[in-house]
Amino acid sequence: MPDASGKADEIRILAGSGVCGAGFREESLEEGMGKKPHFIGCDGGSTDPGPYPLGSGETAFGRTSIKRDMRLMLLAARKAKIPLLLGTAGTSGGKPHVAAAKETLFEIAEEEGLKFPLAVIHAEQDKEYLKKRLKEGRIKPLDPAPEFTEETIDKAERIVGMMGEEPFLKALDNGAEVVLTGRSSDCAIYAGIPVREGIPEGIAWHAAKILECGAASVEQRKTADSLFATCRKDHFDVEPLDEDLRCTPQSVASHSLYENADPFRLVESNGTMDLSTSKYEAIDDRRVRVSHSGFEPADRYTVKLEGAEKVGYQTIVIGGVRDPYILRQLDSWLATGEANIHKRIKDIYGDSITRDDYVFNIRVYGRNGVMGPLEPQKELTTHEVCLILEATASTQEMATSIATVARHKILHEPIPEWSGLITGLACTYSPAHIERGAVYRFNVNHVLEPDDPYEMFPIEYLNVA
Amino acid sequence: MATLGELAKLIRSKNAGPFVMTIDIMFADQETYEKVKKSGILNRQLIADTYQISENQVQLFEVDNCFAYKASIPRPYFQGDILDSDSHAGQQYAPFVDMEVPGT
Repeated sequence: MPDASGKADEIRILAGSGVCGAGFREESLEEGMGKKPHFIGCDGGSTDPGPYPLGSGETAFGRTSIKRDMRLMLLAARKAKIPLLLGTAGTSGGKPHVAAAKETLFEIAEEEGLKFPLAVIHAEQDKEYLKKRLKEGRIKPLDPAPEFTEETIDKAERIVGMMGEEPFLKALDNGAEVVLTGRSSDCAIYAGIPVREGIPEGIAWHAAKILECGAASVEQRKTADSLFATCRKDHFDVEPLDEDLRCTPQSVASHSLYENADPFRLVESNGTMDLSTSKYEAIDDRRVRVSHSGFEPADRYTVKLEGAEKVGYQTIVIGGVRDPYILRQLDSWLATGEANIHKRIKDIYGDSITRDDYVFNIRVYGRNGVMGPLEPQKELTTHEVCLILEATASTQEMATSIATVARHKILHEPIPEWSGLITGLACTYSPAHIERGAVYRFNVNHVLEPDDPYEMFPIEYLNVA
Repeated sequence: MATLGELAKLIRSKNAGPFVMTIDIMFADQETYEKVKKSGILNRQLIADTYQISENQVQLFEVDNCFAYKASIPRPYFQGDILDSDSHAGQQYAPFVDMEVPGT
């Protein structure tokens, strides 16, 4: 901390946005800078966009929107000479994501003529290291978890570890003023500095949990925006930076519900937040004071793993059905159609592929397209349905071949009520099929027990000039 | 009888990571929250029956400091898996909207 000597009375924190790339009002950032924060934080990632960004190496937000947010935060932090902590670069925080974010940061520095010591902390895990820890029994499943074996590690496109606050602090100790990381805990970006400056862990981690989503904890969120928190010995105060936004005790309390399975206990690498005793009070009509939040240190330090593997390539056909006769027997009509598709695939490919080599699935919108097996309403009550015929196989060519067979079979699948050739599917597009490219799945929901919080996260120090 | 949708200020669902989904039913004030609590309608059995899963797969929380109920269940398919139909689990709360709350 450049301006902190000994323990601080309060630590002021500016969260740029909930995600770097989702945006914030420039005026909000300026308003926050006027309150003299000790540092700016922002995470750039999430598993929310699904397994694709982690598997493919791409980002969920466009490069231009990420660069806009990064530029404004970097300029503000350099001007005020305070640290900028950027967690989970490029959605997933793997090697290609960090490389792209680093390139963007260097571009901005060059365009703006900025110089600063940078630390880049990597989070993509070496496969041999993971196999060694797996053999030692130091990779443990969370609930629910897919099976995790040596084969899972080999098949993974990439596996990242979610770093805690320790690597951030180490980078700052070694002189970095901007820290860009691979996958990190969103909260760790914000909790490390206040805890080290003497703010109790319960207060600092709860503040971090509120900050990491930017302005998501306001009463009526208009758009993604910045958020400000001030941590003191026995409470923290939180306030939005757009004067039209309000934090209320209920809006801040209810944020602990968002995207968590358990609203009272939130697990981090070094312990668990306990929000069951938290008190929320209004300071005025837009600021909230939070106190009595707890933190239980963990017996054992753990690092959460996230990984993705390629499932195959996918091709889909979208179409609709309106004929009441077909709709009255939709299930049996589709079942016969599907059986004919598999038969035709066998005619084309012979023994060169089996049913295990591809997955064919029909989604029925209008029945259970949204909820699948969780749908409580079983009867079809609509006058039309949308079908998505979906083929997934080891090559795009094979997936497309199956999808085009499927289109043709479903299109002309007969029903007893009509004699003669029918056309039972209204195809939306020509060509009717859409190639979706590679598709991925999450393959890990486990934690790893390292010797220390640093061994999985090598730090690269650079002078940006 | 009022419905949960009429009484709540927000009913929503979302991923809690790629493997679990969570449903929040939030009320604007203590009075409405207590009324729903008193009705006893929101319990683990109801959540399990609605989603056709077993009761021991349901976690249910009463969150008094923000007048909210919260339920978490394992996803039927992991987020983004081939058969998954709602990548963010954002539309899985729908069956609760029109449920009637006795005593309201």
